[in-house]
Amino acid sequence: MRTHRILALAAAGALAGGALAACSDDAGSEGDAAAGPIVVNATDSVCEVATTDVDAGTVTFKVTNKGVKVTEFYVYAQGDRVMGEVENIAPGLSRELHVELPAGTYETACKPGMVGKGIRGALKVNGSAAPLTADAALASATESYQRYVKSQTGALLEQTQQFVAAVKGGDVAKAKELFPIARTYWERIEPVAEIFGDLDPKIDGREEVIEEGMEFTGFHRIEKDLWTTGDISKDGPLADKLMADVNEIVAKANAEKLSPLQLANGAKELLDEVASGKITGEEDRYSHTDLWDFAANLEGSKAAIASLRPALEQRAPELVTQLDTEFANVETTLGKHRAGDGWKLHNQLNQDELKELSDSINALAEPISKVAAVVAK
Amino acid sequence: MNRRRAIALAGIGVVGAGAAASAAALLRDDHPATAGASGAVEFYGEQQAGIVTLAQDRLHFVAFDVVTKSRDRLVEMLREWTEAAARMAAGKDAGLIGAVDGIPEAPPDDTGEALGLPPSGLTLTIGFGPSLFRNADGVDRFGLAAQRPAALADLPRFPGDALDPKISGGDLCVQACANDPQVAVHAIRNLARIGFGTVSVRWSQLGFGRTSSTSTAQATPRNLFGFKDGTANLKAEEEGLLRDHLWVQPGDGPSWMEGGSYSVTRKIRMLVETWDRTPLAEQEAIVGRAKGSGAPLGGKDEFDEPDFAVKGEDGEPTIAEVAHVRLAHPDQNGGARLLRRGYNFVDGSDGLGRLNAGLFFIAYQRDPRKQFVPVQTALARNDVMNEYIRHVSSGLFACPPGVREKGDFWGRALFG
Repeated sequence: MRTHRILALAAAGALAGGALAACSDDAGSEGDAAAGPIVVNATDSVCEVATTDVDAGTVTFKVTNKGVKVTEFYVYAQGDRVMGEVENIAPGLSRELHVELPAGTYETACKPGMVGKGIRGALKVNGSAAPLTADAALASATESYQRYVKSQTGALLEQTQQFVAAVKGGDVAKAKELFPIARTYWERIEPVAEIFGDLDPKIDGREEVIEEGMEFTGFHRIEKDLWTTGDISKDGPLADKLMADVNEIVAKANAEKLSPLQLANGAKELLDEVASGKITGEEDRYSHTDLWDFAANLEGSKAAIASLRPALEQRAPELVTQLDTEFANVETTLGKHRAGDGWKLHNQLNQDELKELSDSINALAEPISKVAAVVAK
Repeated sequence: MNRRRAIALAGIGVVGAGAAASAAALLRDDHPATAGASGAVEFYGEQQAGIVTLAQDRLHFVAFDVVTKSRDRLVEMLREWTEAAARMAAGKDAGLIGAVDGIPEAPPDDTGEALGLPPSGLTLTIGFGPSLFRNADGVDRFGLAAQRPAALADLPRFPGDALDPKISGGDLCVQACANDPQVAVHAIRNLARIGFGTVSVRWSQLGFGRTSSTSTAQATPRNLFGFKDGTANLKAEEEGLLRDHLWVQPGDGPSWMEGGSYSVTRKIRMLVETWDRTPLAEQEAIVGRAKGSGAPLGGKDEFDEPDFAVKGEDGEPTIAEVAHVRLAHPDQNGGARLLRRGYNFVDGSDGLGRLNAGLFFIAYQRDPRKQFVPVQTALARNDVMNEYIRHVSSGLFACPPGVREKGDFWGRALFG
């Protein structure tokens, strides 16, 4: 949670007016469905896509998880711009992904354990595609990011439900395991969540909100009980309230369209979140699961930039190259601290390791801070 | 935006055109030996500014580690740094656009805290540490190992050293000196920002008062022991001595350092509370000078040459064998001289009710092996002052010659 979100929002709102109006509605994306869904068989080590050569239009994938880990399936354009994804596919289940794909080259990815770059494969989409005009490239960013938000909010709902169920069922071990996973989907879309200034602190506020005259509720309140006393016997109402608040924010977030400028600022603010809250260990002070949030903020920032990528490539290609390099550097640096499908705890990192992470975030955040000007010009 | 212009305009508004004209004349005065406290010091020249430049009142010193593996990226940053440094020394914003003249959607390319402040004698002086040429693991990251001067030999461990590696060393350093602390901090902050991704701040130090004079035109200031410091310093006017003791000469080593100088930094914590309980006579005996006048014991005037042969009524030397001034004197060290431009510091308190105070020692020289090392060896072994001081950080840097003109950059001759 940000402490200065109201101010940040007011600024974003003032700047965003013009760009917002330019964004078209998300209509007309339902083209002719292909002959049938493309079957994807996902296991913990394989991502088998039946066809890797398709025609432009709406493409449907049917993803079946035959592994033992929960998985995700993505279709990426260049620069890991998410064209479509399905999250949170439990073992044994199948899910469909409908995605509008113009001609071009893409990548498919299964992410067993829902972490890392995933198991990648090439996907060629045939047909003719006129290059986007500059304005269209920018306008498409809004839709692209909205797709991303929807995929994340879906998973956020499901994961929060499971977390809440564990808390209400008194299963401390299960709740502790699910806590950082549910938060991952929250942290990825914080730029949207923060728009709803009253809900954000209810869901993600830290104990200091009491000083602002608010009740301490949400993820961190339950986190405190889980990790300090281990007594969650009275947390049922807190869990219900968390679920209700998440339901409300998800409905609002799905309807929200962020302007390109808001996306640019959101990408930067997510890194500011990392720099000010995660590297210091303030965010998850009881569980020390800050690196999960770090990774999620980073992924969210990258998704926002990826949405803007076509426009950035037209306007500032050298900046895109720089961002690619620095995103890769942070990912490599953070990747040193992976533990299984998750992350080491914040208090397992020494000062030198934290400084290395801080340096990598600074190196990325400076060029990201230049994106807004490119979008605005 | 040009900060100098802003000041001149302010002058017109407040005190009238005549005063503004004279202020502008002062601001144009960029001769290093005579610049007013608020004027600009010329950035370009044969030698880097900030060495023989009249010692300014304030310091922000920073050491960086290079975090990129790319030599090209490092060189590109040095170019950007040089351009920003030249602008800031002239009283301008760090970036081409400025703190408030850009579009509202973009973060400004200058951080803004020096808006409205004059150049304030800002000098920015760069140095290259031994680890730039070969790091602690013995790796020559940037193909520079063959260019490392022999004089840039790691300093030996001196007796009593209590060095903290986290605030010692560094691949690069930048010394920012100015007569306004905000101007010095602004310069370092903006260079650090430009360097994100290429370098990372390793440590930095603020100094609030000069402890040396680098010109006969300056009065000798006092350190936190209350004594005049730097009386026998090398001075800008002593051209022959500067050639022999300060500037690297042709034939000394690799040609990229000709016209440069080596700096040694030592953060020296002073245990001021125990010092303050020491009787005046003992303080003076430890230093070897009178506290009031700064005159060597047995002498009358500050600038009298100390007479190490003279003995008191008790038959003991008037200036003790272990007095600071004797041990540090050129006569006792094969004629070795240093150009010191250190600063007093107080980094708050230490949690034990004591000031975390002392001297951030900076000395420039032609060859540390023949100058700082023998002098410090003698001091570390025998100086009675050691009871009241602790060396907690150490740095050694090769400071290249000056940036000759626009387009030239810091380290051009080194990186070729």
